[in-house]
Amino acid sequence: MTRYILRRFLQGIPLLFIISIVLFVLMMNMGDPIATMGGRTLLRPEDRLRLTRQLGLDKPIYIQYIYWLVGNDWTKVDMDGDGIAESAGTRHGILRGDFGTSLVKRGVPVLQVIGERLPNTLLLMIASEIVVVVGALLVGIYSALRQYSTFDHFITAILFIGYSMPIFFVGLLSMYIFSVLFKRWGLPYLPTVGMFDPTVGETFGQVAMHMILPVLTMSFVSFASYSRYIRSTMLEVMSQDYIRTAKSKGLPRLTVLLIHALKNASLPIVTIVGLDLPFLLGGAVVTERIFAWPGTGRLFLDHVARSDLPVVMGILMLIALAVVIFQIITDIVYAWLDPRIRFEA
Amino acid sequence: MVAEPVQIAVLTPDDLETPPISLGQLTWRRFRRHKLALYGAVALILLFFYSFGGALFVSENYANLNDTNISLHPPGTQHPFGTDAIGRDILARTIYGGQISLLIGLTAVIVETVLGILVGALAGYYGGVVDNILMRITEAMLNIPEIFLLIVMAKFFGGKIPDISFFGRTLSGSVVLIVIIIGGTAWMYLARIVRAEFLSLKERDFVLAARATGTPSIEIIFMHILPNCIAPVIVTATLGVANAILSEAYISFLGLGVQPPTATWGNMLDSANNYIESAPWLWFFPGLLILLTVLSINFLGDGLRDALDPHSRAA
Repeated sequence: MTRYILRRFLQGIPLLFIISIVLFVLMMNMGDPIATMGGRTLLRPEDRLRLTRQLGLDKPIYIQYIYWLVGNDWTKVDMDGDGIAESAGTRHGILRGDFGTSLVKRGVPVLQVIGERLPNTLLLMIASEIVVVVGALLVGIYSALRQYSTFDHFITAILFIGYSMPIFFVGLLSMYIFSVLFKRWGLPYLPTVGMFDPTVGETFGQVAMHMILPVLTMSFVSFASYSRYIRSTMLEVMSQDYIRTAKSKGLPRLTVLLIHALKNASLPIVTIVGLDLPFLLGGAVVTERIFAWPGTGRLFLDHVARSDLPVVMGILMLIALAVVIFQIITDIVYAWLDPRIRFEA
Repeated sequence: MVAEPVQIAVLTPDDLETPPISLGQLTWRRFRRHKLALYGAVALILLFFYSFGGALFVSENYANLNDTNISLHPPGTQHPFGTDAIGRDILARTIYGGQISLLIGLTAVIVETVLGILVGALAGYYGGVVDNILMRITEAMLNIPEIFLLIVMAKFFGGKIPDISFFGRTLSGSVVLIVIIIGGTAWMYLARIVRAEFLSLKERDFVLAARATGTPSIEIIFMHILPNCIAPVIVTATLGVANAILSEAYISFLGLGVQPPTATWGNMLDSANNYIESAPWLWFFPGLLILLTVLSINFLGDGLRDALDPHSRAA
């Protein structure tokens, strides 16, 4: 088992390496980060040249990649921008844990920029994942037990619609119904944008209220696919011989359902939760944009717009790392849950 | 008179059997049973009729005509779907936007399918180093959530692209770009499916026979093996149209997609969050049309999967 885990980690390394190359190549055309640096005043050509050299943007792309990867403290760089490389570089490279510094927020380390926003996004992600899993288990199991009932057909139709819903449409619609219409009808309504009301401050109640709609939006699409999946998994498990045996032994219905069936059906569910979790970040981009939620998704959009390569690369690499790690964790949990699976190294 | 023995010989048991039905007929029989898929197909035809037939009644100039005197008018008799922030008629724009959205969906899938088949076929057929390299790249691309790839690609290919003329209409060059970007971020699943099919098909006897007769590899790949894995390709491509339309909507919604004045259902939603309260008709109609289209394609694809490729249905 240890050998298997070790091997999986070792396989992850070249994968991340390839991801970083693919992404870095795609970054080549990110645009000109210097264009917005002067604020409203236009940069003089000599300043522009100096900045380009200071930031190392005059170097060919593969040199930039090497600096990004292993740092530049082994070579001389041009710090004063006069075209002559004179002082030793200070970057350690991502391999030594240095993600570089943001170009937009001059001098602030990338990890700090991301770190300020990450908790907000994780809050949304974890809350939605809980809502999705709990909701989908209830709906999936119930409609599997009542297969082909009116409820089942109704739920199947709703889920199909949910599955086809663009996230922004869910977001806009829920905002319209729960904030605008509820307000108009004099009902208690939910706040739409931001994380908290600035006049009240960042209290627990405020954040919880502001979270409801974004979490609802993010859960909606995943909820549909999870429920469909759980329904079909439960149907498959319920037709197994051991379920029939358990039923004919006269065990209580609930015991059969929760102990015998759900335990076996939970295996595939663990897989989708584990593999899907990092991808919720994708949904977070659109959701955070609609609800003006200060998370990494919006950070990503803002910094892409301003061509801040280090921050954009940092966010993407952290996501890729999360995906790879979650894949490994999923495999391990799967093996731990299912005694039939044994990994021979 | 004695019956001629020849006539008796003609009626062999083989001839009495019903003629074998073709794959197309078989598919249609199975497809017909799938009620939702039929509704999906009908809805899609109606949606096509809406966007392409509707163009006969309103001109594109009218769809792009702005008149700030009538900005943000709610739906009424003059403008059934209302007008947007600079006074363009939403109904006319959903018609012309629909054309672009549907066209982007279809053409992006062509790009996706070509890329997916190429990568999958080469990896599956040649194996070894080729397979290793291609599959690692596929895996790397799959590890980044699609929306991030779309945004990064939109930036990469962004820039000034000259407007193009297409059937006498001027389209923003960004349309072509979006097609390439969406196709370029969606081919990975198809590549994996095609590769898996190739891995098993290339061991079959008919491939061995083709090889033994000296058929060139290119011909074996495209003429002998590929036609045998067309069913999962069709299903994936159909569902891919829905995904492509959604992708277009996402990146246009984020302002990185097709640039105005060319309308798409996606870019009509751009900056919609500023009008949630004041002008819900602005985002409701394009959003609803996207939902209807995606839903119909998903139904259709689901039916096609059951009809063409019953084994592939996931548990």
